[in-house]
Parts: sequence; structure tokens; C-alpha cells
Amino acid sequence: MMTRFGFKALLGAAIMALGLSAPVHAAGDAKAPAAMEWSFDGLFGTYDRDALRRGFQVYKEVCASCHSLNQIAFRNLSQAGGPEFSEAEVKAIAREYIVEDGPDDYGDMYERAALPRDKFPSPYPNENAARAANGGAYPPDLSLINKARGGGADYVHALLSGYEEAPEGVEMRAGLYYNPYMAGGKIAMPAPLLEELVEYSDGTPATVEQMSMDVTHFLNWTAEPELEQRKRIGFMVLIYLTIFAGLMFFSMRKIWADQH
Amino acid sequence: MSGESTYNPSNGFTKWMDSRLPILRLAHDSFVDYPTPKNLNYWWTFGGILTFCLVTQIITGIILAMHYTPHVDFAFNSVEHIMRNVNYGWLIRYIHANGASMFFLAVYIHIFRGLYYGSYKAPREVLWILGVIIYLLMMAAAFMGYVLPWGQMSLWGATVITNLFGAIPVVGESVAIWLWGGYSIDNPTLNRFFSLHYLIPFLIMGVVILHIWALHVPGNNNPVGISVKSKQDTVPFHPYYTVKDGFALTVFLILFAYFIFFAPNVLGHADNYIQANPLVTPAHIVPEWYLLPFYAILRAVPDKLGGVALMFGAIFILFLLPWLDTSKVRSARYRPLFRQFYALLVLDCLLLGYLGAQPAEGIYIVLARIGTIYYFAHFLVVLPVLGIVEKPKAVPESISEPVLGAQPAE
Repeated sequence: MMTRFGFKALLGAAIMALGLSAPVHAAGDAKAPAAMEWSFDGLFGTYDRDALRRGFQVYKEVCASCHSLNQIAFRNLSQAGGPEFSEAEVKAIAREYIVEDGPDDYGDMYERAALPRDKFPSPYPNENAARAANGGAYPPDLSLINKARGGGADYVHALLSGYEEAPEGVEMRAGLYYNPYMAGGKIAMPAPLLEELVEYSDGTPATVEQMSMDVTHFLNWTAEPELEQRKRIGFMVLIYLTIFAGLMFFSMRKIWADQH
Repeated sequence: MSGESTYNPSNGFTKWMDSRLPILRLAHDSFVDYPTPKNLNYWWTFGGILTFCLVTQIITGIILAMHYTPHVDFAFNSVEHIMRNVNYGWLIRYIHANGASMFFLAVYIHIFRGLYYGSYKAPREVLWILGVIIYLLMMAAAFMGYVLPWGQMSLWGATVITNLFGAIPVVGESVAIWLWGGYSIDNPTLNRFFSLHYLIPFLIMGVVILHIWALHVPGNNNPVGISVKSKQDTVPFHPYYTVKDGFALTVFLILFAYFIFFAPNVLGHADNYIQANPLVTPAHIVPEWYLLPFYAILRAVPDKLGGVALMFGAIFILFLLPWLDTSKVRSARYRPLFRQFYALLVLDCLLLGYLGAQPAEGIYIVLARIGTIYYFAHFLVVLPVLGIVEKPKAVPESISEPVLGAQPAE
């Protein structure tokens, strides 16, 4: 009997070590972000449509001046599990953007208003232009940012709302800003959110905390647009497998009955 | 395969077929009436689980290849295209990515089951060696697969691993250039990795068939480790073990599904959602969790060539295992001393796995060296010596009738 328990304990240890040995993130000396409550966390997590729409407004009015959103098309904004704007609203949003198309019948490129099928145009024509406009730093594409940073949404929120005065003794070069959540503490992006920077159409007070939570919520959707469908299917799969495991267990008991 | 065939073709077609290509007879004798020891516990269900994992990886992989573009400029975005625009593409990709982890979880349990119950000992040496070959092929497939999304960890993981070949004296540099298809990791490297990543699973499938063949000649080992003596010791594979394997597989799938649907990225690295950039090196380059123990061994050695040699040695030593273990008793149940060293080996591998994820500095390096020394000592010193000095407990007479005075069968 010892044998078996010993083996089980080992398996337990193995599974624990699996968790422990998850690769370390490039945290360096960065401050650990606080764990926030997100409506999309957990087994039944879903996005908050209002937060997504407010977050989109923050992206559009603040982030988009420097950061691209390459993976997202305007039509995605009306898809199920996202901000779920109506198709008319999406058309109106797209019309505010100019995209390059072509070549036309004469071989010339031309500009036109964006359509729902177009992707969000980048604020800069290329990386060099982006660096030139930002003191040498390259503002990363935001489509996948919540998945591309250890700490995910908590990290993005902490970074956006966590700017501080540089502590005594920390030398800040011009064009760098102090943020304790950034590895190394120095970031080329100035604090992007200021009180009342946007005016929410639903009347929510636009505090830094509120805007930061909202835009992070939105960026979680751009990173994981499948999240709601994934969790919904996942829950059904788990129920199915549990029932099926039970059936298999009792079938096994019945089949093995003559051997015990 | 072993013993008399009990297959009885029941109708005209199966009789016609049986005298031309007796494939139904083969299937019947291998998976229906195959005599299996009746005392196999749940640790024996992982062979079936692994077969399921292999088939799952091949099916999802073929579908992913229909939508994936193996080009440095398009690979990253084609993966995002799968995630966003292909119908249920996110599901297929998350099954494939987490399936690799589940495959390795299952193979490690399968290997450590073999180590515990002495499944590598005569007459199963060839079976064991084929298993180690499968494991090697799995690592090659997993490594190349991880490069395909062309994220930061793809590129830099590939850089670290292919640079290892540069440590080979004299020809190292030429070998590295030959592997890359150029002077650095670039489009030709990605192309050939894709090609080989598609090939290797079918090689694995071939070796799995040999592995099952080599299993069915001597028959299964079992928890008491003594050979089948009479018909009383066995039950037909179907339905007894089809249902038991089926139950275990379903429970395994619950864990698998949890990762796919609720934690699809926890086993991966965040940096791989950043497109590969040869100009930016990540702060810590770490392989996937299942390769971490070997990574720890690699970095434990101060000399690059030495590290490479020990890392590959850690796998190749498994080929010699049937001859390094000098004990005639298979199952650890009757080997009190071996059992303790076995526990130590398991803890050692977990420790090395943990250290592989830590930066190679300070105490981590010291611990990795101790862990590496124990790993090799276990196979090269402990196992040969134990077989001579250890006094095993009384082994039962047969599987169904344990001898008087021995431990009651579990």
C-alpha cells in the first residue's frame, strides 16, 4: 500500500512543480502588478460590453495616435463576444478613417474612407517613421499586448495607471519616464492618461483608473476575441467529459466484476 | 502476435480477406483477444493516452498546416489569422499547442512508470529502446513546432539550440550553417523546420507501431513484475482494458480540456505573442517546460561543449539503462532500497526542471550542478551497485497467486 501512496504523492509533486517551473517572465526589478477583478476572469467570464465600448473610445482618442491595432478589422467591432456595435455604427466608425487602396485601372494608388472589412490603419507608415516620431522608441502594436506581457491585463492596467515621480537617485534621461511596473523602471511612453482626457458618452467619470481599466478591458478583447465562446464551449465540454467519465467508470466496474 | 491466433472469420468477406491480407486477424490478435496481465494499474493506461495524443496532434496539425504560412514575413500573422478568422481556428491551435504539453506530461508518466516497474529489463530491452527513440523524436518535433509561430521565443529558442551544434569541435560552425540554410536563422530555417515538423510525427507513428509490436512479443510487464505463467494471470484486452483505458483517457481529457478552454496560454511564454525580432533579445530565453531539465543540465556545465555533451548524454544514457540496472527483480515493489533512490531521481528531475526556468546564476547554478551529478550517478553508479548489494523482498509465485508470507497483492 505504501507504494501506491508514495507514487501518488510523487505525481502530486510533479504537477505542483509543473506550476512552479512555469517560465520566469522578464520581470527584472519591476514591481508586481496588483491583481484586479476582471469580468472576463474565471470559468464563466464574459466581457463587459460597456467597458469594451468605453475602452475602444480611449484607444481611439488616446492610444491610436501612436499605437497600431494591426490584427483588428472594423467589422470585428460588431462581432459577437466583442463590443457588439451595430453594423451601422461600425460603418460610421470606419468612415472616420482614411485608408490607401489600389492600384486603380490607371495603376494609381488612391485614398478612400475605410470600410468595415478594412483593418485599423497604423498611425505611422513604417517602423522607422514611428521611431523618428517617438524619440527612437517604437510604440508596439496593441492587438496582442495583454497576451504578450507576463501578468496580462493586470500588468497593462498597472503600467497605464502606475506612473510616479522618479525616486531620489534615479537618473532620468530626457524622453524617459519613471514607471515602477516597467522592467528597469524607465519607459519611453509618457503617462498617457490624464483625468478627464476623454468624455465618456455614457456619463462615466473619466478618472485615470477608470480609463485604464476600460482600455485594458478592450485590449483583452483584441488579444482574445474568442474568449466568451471559448469559455462557453469549455464549460459544456467539461460537463460532457465528466458525465462520460462517470459512464465509463460504471461500465468498467460492471465489466471487471467477474474478475474480483 | 504472441501465441496462437484465436481469430475466427465469421462471414464470406472476412474469410476471403483473411486468406489474402490477414489484417483483421492482426487487429483481433493485437487489440481484442490479446492476453493482458489482469493486475495492470492506472499507470499502464498512459500508452493508450499517448496514442490518442499522437493522433490528436497529427489531425490538428494537418488542419493548421492548411492555414499556416511558413515565411518569416507572414508566419506570425498567419497564426493570428488562424486564431481570429478561421472557423474554430483558435480551438484547433489551442488543442495543438496544449496537446504538445499533454503529450509530454503523459510520456513522462509513461517513462517513469517503466523506470519504477522495471519495464526496460529483459526481455523488453528493444521495447524500451524504441520508446527512447520515440521520446527523442518527440523532442525534435516539439522544438521545431515551437519555432513555427515565429514569436520572440521561437526565434531565440531556436538560436540557443542550433548554436549548440556550433560547440562541436572543427565542424561545428559548418554544421550550424548547414542546419540554418544560411548564416543565421532566417526564412530557410523556418521553411525546413516546417517541413521536418510535418515529417517527424509520421516517423513517430512508424516507431510507435514497432513499439507496440515489441510490446506484444513478450507481452505487458505488470505491477508485480513477474512474467505471465498461466491463463489465470491474464484477461483479454477487449473489453477489460479498452474500458479501463477509455475511462483513464476521459479523466485525462478533463485536464486537457481545462488547459485548452480556461488556461490556454499558461504553459507557453508571453514573449511568443511578440513577433520574432533578430535585433531584440528577450531578457530570459527559456524553452517549453518539458525541456527545462535538459536546459538546466546544459547550463550547469561551465564549458559549452561539455554542457552539450551532458545534455545529450542525459537522454542517451537511457538507451543503456537495460544493462546498467543489474537487478534481476523488475518491480520496485520488491526493491526497498531502489524505491528510495527512485524517489530521489523523480525529485531530482523536478528540481532540474525548476532550475531550467531560473536565471543561470548564484545558487541556481550550484543546485543545477548537484542535480546533474545525481542524475548521472543514479544511472551510472546507483543502479549497477544496487543490483548487487540490495536484498529484494520475496516475490510472489505468480500474478494471480501471491506466495505465502509475501506482501499481499495490492
